[in-house]
Amino acid sequence: MRKLATLIGVILLYAACKNGGTQATLPIYGNRDTKTITKDGKQVVDTIYQTIPAFRFVNQYGDSITQNSLKGDIYVADFFFTTCPSICPIMHRNMLKVYSEFKNVSDFKIISHSIDPKHDSVPILKKYADGLGISGNSWWLLQGKKDDTYNLSASYLVRRPEESAKELFIHDGYFVLIDKQKRIRGSYDGTDEKDVARMIGDIKTLRAETNPQIAQ
Amino acid sequence: MKFKIIAGLVLILSVIIASCGSAEDMEFKRYYLGGEQLYKQRCQNCHGTKGEGLSNLIPPLTDSTFLKTNKKQLACIVNNGLKGALVVVNGKSFVGDMPANNIPPVDIARILTYITNSFGNKMGTVKSEDVALSLKDCK
Repeated sequence: MRKLATLIGVILLYAACKNGGTQATLPIYGNRDTKTITKDGKQVVDTIYQTIPAFRFVNQYGDSITQNSLKGDIYVADFFFTTCPSICPIMHRNMLKVYSEFKNVSDFKIISHSIDPKHDSVPILKKYADGLGISGNSWWLLQGKKDDTYNLSASYLVRRPEESAKELFIHDGYFVLIDKQKRIRGSYDGTDEKDVARMIGDIKTLRAETNPQIAQ
Repeated sequence: MKFKIIAGLVLILSVIIASCGSAEDMEFKRYYLGGEQLYKQRCQNCHGTKGEGLSNLIPPLTDSTFLKTNKKQLACIVNNGLKGALVVVNGKSFVGDMPANNIPPVDIARILTYITNSFGNKMGTVKSEDVALSLKDCK
């Protein structure tokens, strides 16, 4: 009887260890559709996932940035404005940790969309980047047509920003993780240190994922 | 028997005195704890849970020398904010705006008591009267 208990114990322990050892795959978020394609002469049903559509913005260096600038990259996107008195300082205090962790990784980027392009000109964004202490091309602060930015927010499944008299702008504090196929793989509360730590773990998981198909 | 009663009374009294602390301690605690709440609501987003600030954008609140040298100005900064001001903290220059709070002197005193006695600072209680005086000399 005692031997049996020990045996069960060992099996349970092994199962627990094995479970912890395997790396989970991140879910794919957003709407999905199906398409019938012909593969090797046979008709098969393929899943079409929601992806981030094409865009064109300018970064803090005045360079034009489009979806192609992020080709082959995993990236995190957020929405902010430089004069934001509420959640943005917390978000970017947390984002700095993400930046430090991955700044030397060639296939990872951070993009922060300004929702106040009227104030946040390229020189203002550069000054903000210098103040944050970020350099190089691993974290871009983007600005462009206000409507383009606001419309794009819907593709990231975050709340559309709004202007208000008191808070100036109302927006979400989410960090959205996008894979190399431009699909949404995670959404995290950028104001929560623990959730951002979870995101750092998820970025590592996503980078380890092998998928040769990269969206054009 | 009499001795035991006296000894007992002395013991009870000393426990009461030790647990209550002095009136000044009580006053400090009232200001400090009130300040902690106000700090969370009004200051923490920008200046951080540990008063660490944000890179070169938002100054930290850990520079005891700055706080001591500018003691008279602190109430004005909390109440009126800053606009394009150059502030040198921990040897780094900060230029930018800080929003105004426009709150009663007692709340400013609570916030200042919290800040000047947290994050490695130890400057004692900032009282409501001190703040009211400082506010008269705002630049």
